[in-house]
Amino acid sequence: MIALEFPPINEILRWKDLFPSFNKIALIAVAAALIGTVIFLLAGSKDPMKAPKGVRNLAETIVEFIENGIVMQTMGRDGLGWTPFLMSIFMFIYLCNVPGIIPFLQMPATARIAIPMFLSLLVWVVFIGTGFKHQGIGYLKSSLFPPGVPKALYILVTPIEFISTFLVRPFSLTVRLFANMLAGHILLVTFALLSEALFQAKGNPGLIPVGVLPLFMLIFLTGFEVLVAFLQAYIFTILTAVYIGGAAHPEH
Amino acid sequence: MEALSALVALTGDEEKAAAAASSAGFAYGLAAIGPGIGIGYLVGKSVEAMARQPEAAGMVRTTMFLGIAFTEALALIGFVVFILIGL
Repeated sequence: MIALEFPPINEILRWKDLFPSFNKIALIAVAAALIGTVIFLLAGSKDPMKAPKGVRNLAETIVEFIENGIVMQTMGRDGLGWTPFLMSIFMFIYLCNVPGIIPFLQMPATARIAIPMFLSLLVWVVFIGTGFKHQGIGYLKSSLFPPGVPKALYILVTPIEFISTFLVRPFSLTVRLFANMLAGHILLVTFALLSEALFQAKGNPGLIPVGVLPLFMLIFLTGFEVLVAFLQAYIFTILTAVYIGGAAHPEH
Repeated sequence: MEALSALVALTGDEEKAAAAASSAGFAYGLAAIGPGIGIGYLVGKSVEAMARQPEAAGMVRTTMFLGIAFTEALALIGFVVFILIGL
C-alpha cells in the first residue's frame, strides 16, 4: 500500500500569509502589474528611430500581436483605439497565469476567483458603457430587441437576450478563466503527489520505478500549462474585444 | 465479511460524504459529455475548412477559438460544481 493523502483544497491554493491579508496570490498579482508596467515603460523610453532590440522588440511584438491577432480580427480598423486597454488586460492575465509553472512559485494567481471576477466586472462595465456611449439609450433597444425577429417572439427573445448579454457574459468570463487555471493547478498537484508517493513507497520497492510514469505525465502537463496560460489570456482578451465591438456597432 | 459490516456501520456524516463524493464524480462526468462532443465537432469542421481554404485559416482559427471558449464554459461550470459538491 502507498500512502496517498490529497491535501484539502485550501492547502493547495494558499501559501503562508506574508503579513495579514497579503498572501502569495496578492504578491503575484502585484508583481504581474509591476512587471507589465515596467516592460512597457522601458520600451517606451527607447529611441523609436533606431531598429528595435531587446525589451522594445518584445513590446512591439506584443502590440503587433494584439493589433493584428485580436483587434483587426474582431473590431476592424475602428477598434484600434482599444489596443492599450486590451493589451493591459492580456499582459496582466498572462503574467498572472504564468507563475503556475514557474518553479517555487507554482501558483497561478487567476486560480482564485477574485482576480478573474474583478477583471470580468471591469469588462462588463466597459462594454455596457461603450454601448451607451455609442448608441445612447438605443443600446438597450438593439441588444434586447434584436432586429429581424417577428413581433410576437419578443416575449421569448427579450428575456433570453437580457440573461445572455447582461448576466451570463461576466459569469462565463469569470468561470472560464478561473476554472481553467484551477483545473490545471489541481492536475499538476495530483501528478506531483502521485509520483512522490510512489517514489517513497515503503515495503514494496517494485513500485519505485513505476513512479517515473506520473513524473513524465507531470512534465508533459507542465508543457501543456504553458500553452493554457497563453490561450486563456488570449481567449479572455478576444472575448472582451468581441463584446466591446458588438456594443459599439450594433448588427443591422 | 468485516468490510461489509464496516460499510453498513457508516454513520450519518460519513454516508453524506460518500454520497457527495460519488455525486460529484457523476456531475463532472455528465458535464463533460456535451462539451466533448461539441468541441470535437467544432475543431473537426474548422480543420476541414482550413484544409479546403488555407488562405482563410487565420479567420477560421479566431472563430474556432471563440467557439471553443463558449462550448468549454459548460464543462468548466461542471468542474466548479464538482469542486463545490466535493467539499
